Amino acid sequence: MLAYILRRLLEVIPTLLGVAVVVFLFIHALPGDPARLAAGPDATVQEVQLLRERFGLDKPLVVQFVYFLNNLARGNLGNSYRDGKPALLSVMNHFSLTFWLSLIAILLAALVGILVGIAAAVYRNSWLDLGATTLAVGGISVPSFFLGMILIYLFAVNLRIFPVSGGQGWRGLVLPALTLAAGPLGTIARFARSSLLEVLGEDFTRTARAKGLSSPVVVFKHALRNALIPVVTMTGLQFGFLLGGAVVVESVFNYPGLGWLLIQSISARDYPVIEGLLLVFALEFVLVNLLVDLLYGVLDPRISYA
Amino acid sequence: MHRTVRKGLFWKFLRHKSGSLGLALSLVFLLMALFGPGLAPYDPSAADYSHTLSGISTQHWLGTDNFGRDLLSRTLVGARYSLGIGILATLIGAGVGGVWGLWSGYAGGFWDSLSMRLVDVLLAFPGLLPAIGLIAITGPGLLPVIMASAFFSVPIFARLVRGSTLQMKERAYIEAAHALGAGSRRVMRVHLLPSVLAPVLVYVTLRIGTVMLIASSLSFLGLGVQPPTPEWGAMLSDAQLYLATDPLLAIAPGLAITLTVLGLNLLGDGLRDTLDPKLK
Repeated sequence: MLAYILRRLLEVIPTLLGVAVVVFLFIHALPGDPARLAAGPDATVQEVQLLRERFGLDKPLVVQFVYFLNNLARGNLGNSYRDGKPALLSVMNHFSLTFWLSLIAILLAALVGILVGIAAAVYRNSWLDLGATTLAVGGISVPSFFLGMILIYLFAVNLRIFPVSGGQGWRGLVLPALTLAAGPLGTIARFARSSLLEVLGEDFTRTARAKGLSSPVVVFKHALRNALIPVVTMTGLQFGFLLGGAVVVESVFNYPGLGWLLIQSISARDYPVIEGLLLVFALEFVLVNLLVDLLYGVLDPRISYA
Repeated sequence: MHRTVRKGLFWKFLRHKSGSLGLALSLVFLLMALFGPGLAPYDPSAADYSHTLSGISTQHWLGTDNFGRDLLSRTLVGARYSLGIGILATLIGAGVGGVWGLWSGYAGGFWDSLSMRLVDVLLAFPGLLPAIGLIAITGPGLLPVIMASAFFSVPIFARLVRGSTLQMKERAYIEAAHALGAGSRRVMRVHLLPSVLAPVLVYVTLRIGTVMLIASSLSFLGLGVQPPTPEWGAMLSDAQLYLATDPLLAIAPGLAITLTVLGLNLLGDGLRDTLDPKLK
């Protein structure tokens, strides 16, 4: 197991190196001069030139890339052009907000999604199935910014139960988390339904029924455990997407997470912070995928990591 | 495909309840995209400052926005932009990704692993990020939003087509084509392409909805189609300010996107269930 984890971690390195190259090239393809932006509108040509030298922007691209990798290896992304503080610190400050929002959303999506999927599979081809399937496809089809606006209109403007914008204690988390959960909920419910239907048709479930076990015991004790394995993978992948995909929801609710920071940093051409954000997004996505693979083995003892 | 088989599949699809509903919804919005501008009672961009935020009336069935523009006309014309961007961007993404995947799977060896590592790198940026990144470089607008939404789908189609190509290229008929002296290009174009196309076509239908959501999200963030163009995502972005007083400004374009994407998703599911009996 340990050897497998180590091998998988080593395999991640080329992907991350590729990510670093893409991020570096992307940053330098952005239009606009960061030195001019950081210096402000009243700065003289000399002041801008000084800043350019301080940021290392006067060096050839290859030299800048070597500096970038060298700094990256030491966990140093440089300082934010806007506030002069370390870029990594800025990213980490906003990270926890996005992390908690995504975690609550994915737990909600998994819990409700699996229950909806079970109901649809057990009562296959009934009205309950049709309702559950429609709910699931609806969750995937509704744009998060529209759902967010509807929830704000209902629960913040009219009923005044929750605040309009996020980030004000736990009550500020409810509406953004509900909005963010809709898409993954639909995906997980559909996946849980088809996975459970497949398992319910297998020999061992038929044997369990033939033994005279009651339907709930067959479903929850025998079928569900096996049906959940692919659902766990899907949930993990969705969590990875949420961590990077909260940009729109954070914008609707003015929630100061990573997506919000990304939009701010792109408009200010704050290179070090954008670099940090993109690297963190890619890193967490790759790590979540790795964790999902490892979880596989815990749930299904037949999978060995030799 | 034989005509009787085709006819059989057609009836099988029509018996698929949610698939038929999806087909009907998709057709309604496709017709709206084709004929919406002709049906619109007013010019969607014509401002009328004496009738701003007028609410529902006999002249303006869905009311007017903050510039006095007719909301019904804007929603009808918006179909052409929103659905058009979705279809065009998906086709570009499928075309570029498809050629990439076909070439990679056929070439095999070093080039295949190198190109698939590149796909891994592109897929390592989740969600909207690649599209936002591209628009940060090009600047906002209609063409950038189409290119960014297409770019978003390229690695996904590349991986899908590569998988099918790997399966197909080992078949006897491909070997026979080689033995008869067919060159690589001919084998890829004439023999491999038609066999990998079927799964891609189903996926294209499912993908248009996702791409529409991406493109409208970009417009909502101010990175896509710019005002006064009546694109649904951009209309929702404008509607945010008037949510408390005029929720209809958000509901009309919001429902339009939701129902179009819902229709396309149901249609794609129906097609998949009909064409691939293994997946239920």
